[in-house]
Amino acid sequence: MPLSHLRQLEAESIHILREVAAEFENPVMLYSIGKDSAVMLHLARKAFYPGKLPFPLLHVDTTWKFREMIAFRDRMASEYGFELLIHTNQDGVAKGISPFAHGSALYTDIMKTEGLKQALDKYQFDAAFGGARRDEEKSRAKERIFSFRSENHRWDPKNQRAELWNLYNARVKKGESIRAFPLSNWTELDVWQYIYRENIPIVPLYFAAVRPVVERDGMLILVDDERLQLQPGEVVQHKSVRFRTLGCYPLTGAVASTATSLPEIIQEMLLTRTSERQGRLIDHDSAGSMEKKKQEGYF
Amino acid sequence: MTAQSALIAEDIRAYLQAQEEQGMLRFITCGSVDDGKSTLIGRLLWDSKLIFEDQLASLEADSKRVGTQGEKIDYALLMDGLQAEREQGITIDVAYRYFATDRRKFIVADTPGHEQYTRNMVTGASNAEVAVILVDARKGILTQTRRHSYLVSLVGIRKVVLTINKMDLVAYSQARFEEILNEYRQFAIPLGFDEIAAIPISALEGDNIISASPHTPWYAGSTLLDYLETVEVTSDAVSRPFRLPVQWVNRPNLDFRGFSGTITSGRVRPGDAVLVATSGRSSRVARIVTFDGDLPEALAGQAVTLTLEDEIDISRGDLLTMAETPPVVADHLEAKLVWLHPDALVPGRSCLLKAGTATVPARVAALQFRVNVNSLAQEPATNLAMNEVGVCTLNLDKPLAFDSYRENRGTGNFILIDRLSNATVAAGMIHQPLLRAAQGWTSRSIDRAARAASLGQKPLILWISGRDAATLAELVEKRLLHLGRQGYWLRPERLDPQADTVTLELLPRLAEIARILNDAGLIVLIAAEGSLSDAARARLGGSDFREILLDAPADATAEFPLQTGDSLERQAEQLVTALCL
Repeated sequence: MPLSHLRQLEAESIHILREVAAEFENPVMLYSIGKDSAVMLHLARKAFYPGKLPFPLLHVDTTWKFREMIAFRDRMASEYGFELLIHTNQDGVAKGISPFAHGSALYTDIMKTEGLKQALDKYQFDAAFGGARRDEEKSRAKERIFSFRSENHRWDPKNQRAELWNLYNARVKKGESIRAFPLSNWTELDVWQYIYRENIPIVPLYFAAVRPVVERDGMLILVDDERLQLQPGEVVQHKSVRFRTLGCYPLTGAVASTATSLPEIIQEMLLTRTSERQGRLIDHDSAGSMEKKKQEGYF
Repeated sequence: MTAQSALIAEDIRAYLQAQEEQGMLRFITCGSVDDGKSTLIGRLLWDSKLIFEDQLASLEADSKRVGTQGEKIDYALLMDGLQAEREQGITIDVAYRYFATDRRKFIVADTPGHEQYTRNMVTGASNAEVAVILVDARKGILTQTRRHSYLVSLVGIRKVVLTINKMDLVAYSQARFEEILNEYRQFAIPLGFDEIAAIPISALEGDNIISASPHTPWYAGSTLLDYLETVEVTSDAVSRPFRLPVQWVNRPNLDFRGFSGTITSGRVRPGDAVLVATSGRSSRVARIVTFDGDLPEALAGQAVTLTLEDEIDISRGDLLTMAETPPVVADHLEAKLVWLHPDALVPGRSCLLKAGTATVPARVAALQFRVNVNSLAQEPATNLAMNEVGVCTLNLDKPLAFDSYRENRGTGNFILIDRLSNATVAAGMIHQPLLRAAQGWTSRSIDRAARAASLGQKPLILWISGRDAATLAELVEKRLLHLGRQGYWLRPERLDPQADTVTLELLPRLAEIARILNDAGLIVLIAAEGSLSDAARARLGGSDFREILLDAPADATAEFPLQTGDSLERQAEQLVTALCL
């Protein structure tokens, strides 16, 4: 009896996690608090059991995350006892950069991409785990599992190392780094199935509940704090909604849903006809927008 | 998918349970842009309902903007990921696609069909279990079909499915289908596939992709999806000897010392006697530790942590095996290399070899021949350019535990990493250990030839005379260094700080030192104004010696004719290529 697909994916991810921990001097795991991060963290705990994680987790906090995400993050850190680093782009905060005032493109560039680069430079990490999957978006289908980044964190799609078998080239010069993607071969369905099978804790926002939302630009935005100012004509509605993907609350649309359990979420996902990234504003900017962001250093 | 959708809607828990134990198939598609490969994969994703509405909307928009199918949807656009490639209309790298049916999950490696083909295909095929080889029914078996098939067999894929595409354009002719299939079977005999299936399809029209086509009543075999869902790939890795490359020593406290890694092949149980192949140390497995509890047995493919009964020295890079089925341990081996980098392989250059979890300094000692990937002919070669395949011997700085690639894909493969650029320059598949290692390093006799072999060069004394001799000598030394060879320009001032030319008094000592350096395996350069005297020549006895006369009179018979019109740089390159490699 061959290993089931989830067992195979799990083993492959654990192999990648151990390979990075063994080959690099100063790795870090980027922790976005979302479901993919939850799976990646779970796999890392498996990879190094009974030892502790041999690297810290880094959260790039844009200050605009859902409040429930932050609470969840802190609960996980204390329950599991991992080292949590939190970095915020203070220049951006000083300049008052916000997704409302500056638009999603500029805001994402300053608070996420720049914030991430600052943190990587500050701690001199030579490897960073990310939870990206190849099935998420076209430009990611060709991403390597060990993705080489130049000294200024740029990704050059024409200059990536050949990657064969399970042999990953971990050699970097000082200042250069790699991003490692242990979930490369997982699909959205695999992630949900695994969360279900392994009973992995996730942020409650993934489950439907009656929440205050406003409709804006065709998306349902959660009224998460007082910084969301109502525009003329907007009204706060209380609807049963959930989130298929989590990020910064002003940029993340909710979907109307009554799915309050994992099987119901999976059922909804299998019967729906739109892909998960549709709920993200940044992908809509232009064709190939994710690819441009990647070249600049966004995950 | 309809039964599936009903189950999802009615009893999601039952559906999830059924999905839990689903298997997985990794396959590669081989063919050129014109064969309709991207269209085929797009069609598989489309028909298995894996394209979402928002993706469809963007696909429709893209089809109108850059599509090649007129008003129809251009499925190929689903496959072309990067913007630059989309605009050129070709894919240039390996892309991975995912889809699932009721019966299996699929990971598809999609590789382009133009000049970077070998590199990308070998990459995509390295993890694949089955190859889908596309042939255009109008064109039949082409050179590229042979090349694809050879590369697929090279990386150890044993099952291929020949999909004969564009059957609609040959009026769904059974005779044409059989003609192509017969030709393919003949050609593929030496490639040693276990199974060759063949399916007449039209990717554009959807014939025999998901459901049996009404246009091919003469074809009773499975559709492509049926084949992929049912092809037997129970990897035989489990039945091979136990191998576990140690990735990570897990030492959370003084009471626990575990060895973590992914089992490459075989199985292991507590109590089994294990052996560290390179050190010869052995012990027994105490526990198989995982986050989900200790296991009574672990199999190939599982990522586990073993604890042993005895405290023996084991570190990352060691290969855990069993005493009765040990691997080969050697520091000299023969392997097939696929060159992946724009800078060609030149034998002699030092690099890093990564095999399993071990990384060792290594040198490609000699290139035995190049394999023509189109004709499979063995050709003599002095270097290996990108996308070329060759058989080489390699010397390692320390012994490595391995199996031949034929016997064990997971412990017979390696990559070569350039020490300066850190680029992955080659993929290797080990044939066998070589004699030197089998005899052990102490039994080897050392002479000029042995030193030369370890440096990967021909030791030589080059006496260069003429007006520009010194400049040329310097250029030759630089050229040698560039190619990773050991040259030494024996300047007269090294012997006498006052001397700036080779004088008669210096000559005997110079010749003697040149002879010794040559015996050490080096390429020695001497620049002088005049040609060599017979006395000095005698002192060089036993050395391989060449005299280069610059600006020689037209009637002189030079040993090595230099093109007088060429620049000195060019002359240095020619000299090195002709005499030193």
